[in-house]
Amino acid sequence: MSAIAPRLYAIALLALVGGCAQRDAAVITLKFWTIGREGEVVQQMLPEFERAHPGVRVVVQQIPLTAAHEKLLTAFAGDALPDVAQIGNTWIPEFAALHALEPLQARVDASHVIASADYFPGIWDTNVIEGQLYGVPWYVDTRLLFYRTDLVAAAGFAQPPQSWDEWRRCMAAIKRNAGPDKYAVFLPLNEFEPLLGLALQQSDPLLADNGTRGNFESPGFRRALAFYVEMFRSGLAPPMSNTQISNVWDEFAHGLFAFYITGPWNIGEFKRRLAPDMQDKWNTAPLPGPDGPGAGAAGGSSLAIFHSSTNKQLAWELAEFFSAVPAQQRFYALTGDLPARRSAWDDPQLAQEGYARAFREQLERAKPTPKVPEWERIAQEMQLMADRVIRGNMPIDAALREFDATTDAVLAKRRALLARSTMR
Amino acid sequence: MSSGRYAPWTFVAPALLALGAFFLLPVLAALALSFTDFDLYALADTKNLRVVWFDNYVEVLRTPLFWKSLLNTLYFVAVGVPLSIAASLGAALLLNSPLARLKGVFRTALFAPVVTTVVAVALIWRYLFHTRYGLINYVLAHLGFAPIDWLGDPHWSMPAIIVFAVWKNFGYNMVILLAGLQAIPLELYEAARIDGASAWRQFRHITLPSLKPVLLLVAIITVAGYFQLFAEPYVMTRGDPLQSTVSVLYYMFQQGFEWWNLGRATAIAFLLFALTLLVTRALLRAGSRDGEGSA
Amino acid sequence: MKRPLATFAVNGALLLVALVVVFPLAWMTSVSFMQPGEASAFPPPLLPAHATFANYRELFEHAGMGRYLFNSLFLAVAVTLISLAFNLSAGYAFAKLEFRGRERLFQAVLGALLIPAQVGMIPLFLMMKWLHLVNTYGGVIVPCLATAFGIFLVRQYARSIPNDLIEAARIDGAGEWHIFVRIVLPLLKPVIVTLAIFSFLATWNDFMWPLIVLSDQDWMTAPVAIAALSREHVQDNELMMAGSVVTILPVLLLFLVLQRHYIQGLLLGSVKG
Repeated sequence: MSAIAPRLYAIALLALVGGCAQRDAAVITLKFWTIGREGEVVQQMLPEFERAHPGVRVVVQQIPLTAAHEKLLTAFAGDALPDVAQIGNTWIPEFAALHALEPLQARVDASHVIASADYFPGIWDTNVIEGQLYGVPWYVDTRLLFYRTDLVAAAGFAQPPQSWDEWRRCMAAIKRNAGPDKYAVFLPLNEFEPLLGLALQQSDPLLADNGTRGNFESPGFRRALAFYVEMFRSGLAPPMSNTQISNVWDEFAHGLFAFYITGPWNIGEFKRRLAPDMQDKWNTAPLPGPDGPGAGAAGGSSLAIFHSSTNKQLAWELAEFFSAVPAQQRFYALTGDLPARRSAWDDPQLAQEGYARAFREQLERAKPTPKVPEWERIAQEMQLMADRVIRGNMPIDAALREFDATTDAVLAKRRALLARSTMR
Repeated sequence: MSSGRYAPWTFVAPALLALGAFFLLPVLAALALSFTDFDLYALADTKNLRVVWFDNYVEVLRTPLFWKSLLNTLYFVAVGVPLSIAASLGAALLLNSPLARLKGVFRTALFAPVVTTVVAVALIWRYLFHTRYGLINYVLAHLGFAPIDWLGDPHWSMPAIIVFAVWKNFGYNMVILLAGLQAIPLELYEAARIDGASAWRQFRHITLPSLKPVLLLVAIITVAGYFQLFAEPYVMTRGDPLQSTVSVLYYMFQQGFEWWNLGRATAIAFLLFALTLLVTRALLRAGSRDGEGSA
Repeated sequence: MKRPLATFAVNGALLLVALVVVFPLAWMTSVSFMQPGEASAFPPPLLPAHATFANYRELFEHAGMGRYLFNSLFLAVAVTLISLAFNLSAGYAFAKLEFRGRERLFQAVLGALLIPAQVGMIPLFLMMKWLHLVNTYGGVIVPCLATAFGIFLVRQYARSIPNDLIEAARIDGAGEWHIFVRIVLPLLKPVIVTLAIFSFLATWNDFMWPLIVLSDQDWMTAPVAIAALSREHVQDNELMMAGSVVTILPVLLLFLVLQRHYIQGLLLGSVKG
C-alpha cells in the first residue's frame, strides 16, 4: 500500500512516453491510405511489390468514403499524413492549395512505366492544377445507368434511352407498368453525383470568373435541376436517401426501381449480389444527355504522394507499381475498378466485359468538375439545395438564387486571395 | 494546524498544471481563434491568417443553418429534458414503492443503458427505427398505426433521436431521484395517510416539494448535457434528413473538422457555451426563488 | 395490509419497463448471431434461425477488432491509473491541507465543470500536434490527466476524514506525503473504486476526442472503430451488431460487478452528504 504513489507516477510516465511501438530500424515502413474496398485488394497485390523491394513494408489503412475527406484534412492539420494515398481526383485541388502534395511531373517525365498520353485526357487533366501535376490517375469512375433490361423492354423500348426525352418517356412507361408502390429510377437524395452528371452535360460552366463565383442561375444548370426535380415530382423517383434503403441490390431485384445511376464498382457487386436468375436481366448504358448520349463526371481516384513524406522515392515506386499496365489489369480483375490507362483496356477480360463498354464510351466524353479547393463543399451544398427543393418544396428560382449566394460566400476567401496575388 | 508552506502545492500542482495546460489554455485559445478567420488557407500558410474580430460571430448569426441547428437543439432540449425527467421520476417512484420486489435487479436493468457506448447502441436503434425492417414500426403496425419513416421524415427524425436519448440517459437521473425519494421521512406520509389524503395528493404535497432541490439539480445536469447533443446525430443520421438533426455541436464539428473553418467553429462553440450558461443560470434562479437553496 | 392488486400493478409495471429498456440490448445480441442478411426481413426476426459465430469471426479475423479492444483497454486502464494519481492528491489537498487561495482555486476548478469539453477541442488538437502526440496513445491520455469532476468527488469524500487522525500523525513528525499514502489513501478506498470506475467507463466510451486525435487505424479505440465500420459496411447489420456487443460487453460486465460503488459515487457527486 505504501508504494502506491511512486508506482502510480512510474506507470504514468511509462504510459505517457510509450505511445508508439518501436519499429525495427532495418525495415522501412511505407504508409499507404486507401478509401473503401480498394484497400483489401491492394493488400493482395502488395507481396509482389515487397518482394521487389526487400526491407520495405507497406502498411495499408482503409478509410470509409464518408469519413475520408475529413480524415485526410485532420491528418494534414495534425501532421499525421501517410506517405502515399488514394485521393479522389476532385479533392486534388484542395490538397494542392494546402501545399500538401508533392509535384510529380518530373518523376513522370523520367519514368519508364508511366506515359501520360496513355491516359484518358479528361481524367489526366483533373490532376493538373495551375500547370503542375499532383497525382497519377489510378482508376476511373464515371456514373451512368444500370438498368433492368426486362422492365425497359416491357415498357416498349428495345434500346436503352439515349436522350432526356427518350428517358423521360421510358421511365413514365415503366412507372405505369409498375404501379404506385414502385418507381422507375433511384436517385439517393444524399448523393450529389447524379445531379452533377446532369449538370456537367450542359454547356454553361458551373462556376464563373475563374472559379470565384457561382454560376448556378445559368440556363444550363437550371435545366439540369428542373429535369432532376421533375423525376421526383412525377413519382418516377422515390424521395429517399441511401441510408433509408436497406439493401439497394435486393430492391433492384425486387423491381423497386429500373434505373440506378452508379459507378463501375457495382458491376462486380451486381454480379455477386444478384441471384443467378437475375443476371440476364440487367445491363449498363451511358447517361442520356439533353440531345443524345451525354457527358458524365470525370471521377476516379489518383495516387498522390504527400509533401511531408520521408520516403518519397519509395512512394513513387509504389505509385509506378500500381500504374503499370499489368497491375492495372490485375487491379481491375480483383475490384472491377476501371483502369485509367487506355492500353489496359485491351486486356481480354476487360475487352469482353459487356458491362464495361458503356463506361469506355462515356469516359471519352467525361468532363472534370471545377478545380477549386472548395468544390467538395459546393457539391454537398448543391445536393442539400436539391433536397430542399424536392422534400422541402422550395421553389427552384429561390433555391438557385440562395445557392449562388451560398457558393459566393464559400468562395469569398479564394476571391480575396486571388485579388491579393494579382495586385502583387 | 499547519501543513507546511510548500507541501500542499506539491499535491495540487500536477492536477492544476494539467487542467491549466490542457483545459484552460485551449479554451482561451479557442476564444482567440474565434476572432480570426483561420481556415484551410491559413492551415497551409499562417500568413493567410487575418484578425476579423466579431465577423465570425456575425456571420454565424447570419447563417440560416446555425439557426436551424439551434432550433433543432432547443427542440431536443425542450422535449427531451421533461420527457427524460418524467421517465426518471416515474421509474424512481416505482422502485421506491414498498411493494416492489427484486429492486436491485430492476435498478440494474433500468440503469444499464447509461453505461453503454453511445456509438454501439445508436447502431441498434438505427436499425430498430428502420422503416421496413425495424421492430418499432412492426409494433406500431400491430397497434394499427401506419409505418413512420423515422429517420427519413424530417418531422420524425428528431423525435427518434429524443426517444433514443431518453432511453440512454433516464437511468442516471432515476438513481439520483431515487436517493432523493428515500431521503423523505416516512412519518410525513404516515401523517398524511392518517389525515385521509389520497396517493395523488401525497405526491403533490409531500413528494414533489421535498424533491424540489434534487429535481432542480437533475434538470440542470440534463439541460446542460442535452445542449451538447452530438454523438447521436453523428452516428444515427449524419444530420439528415434535410438537416433536421443537425445540432449546434454537430454543426461546429462539421465546420471545424470537415471544412477546417476554425474561426467559425470556435465562434459557434462559444455561442453554445454562452447559451448553456444563460439557461442554467436562469434555471438556478427560478429554482432558488421558490424555496431554499439547491444541492 | 397485503394489497395484492397494487403489488401486482407496481411489479408488473417495473417488469414491463425493464423489459422494454433491456430489449434493444437483448435484440442486439440476438442479431449478432444471425446469418448475414437475416435481419433484413419482414417481419423482423427476434431470434436467429441458425445461430452462428460467423459475424464474430469476421469481426476479429478481418476487421481487426482484437486490436481495437486492446487499445480501448490500454487507454482506459492508463487514464484511470494516471488520473487517479492526479485527482486523489489534488482532491485531498483541497479538502484537508491549508494553503493560500485554496477556496478561490477550488471555485475556479468547479467553474471548469460548466464549460463543455468541445469548446477547447480544436486548439487542443493543434496543441497535441505541436507536442507530436497526434495519433499516439499520449494524445488521448494527456488531456485526461486531471478532471474537475474527479477532484470535486475526492474533495467531497475526503472532507469526512477526521482531522485528529491527520493531526496526530503530524505531531508524530510524519511528512505530508507519508500521511497521505499511509493514512489517508486507505480511508479513501471507496472513492478510489468509484472514481476508477467512472474514469474507466468514461474513457472506454469516449468517442469524439479519439475520433479526432487518432487517425491511424492501429490506434483506434473500439467505439471509433465500429463507427468507421458502420460507415463502411452500411448493409452488414449483423456484423455491426456483433461489433456493438463486443464494445459494450466489457463495460456492462464491469458495471454489473461494481454497480454499488458506481451508484454511490454518482450520488456522492450529485447530492451532498
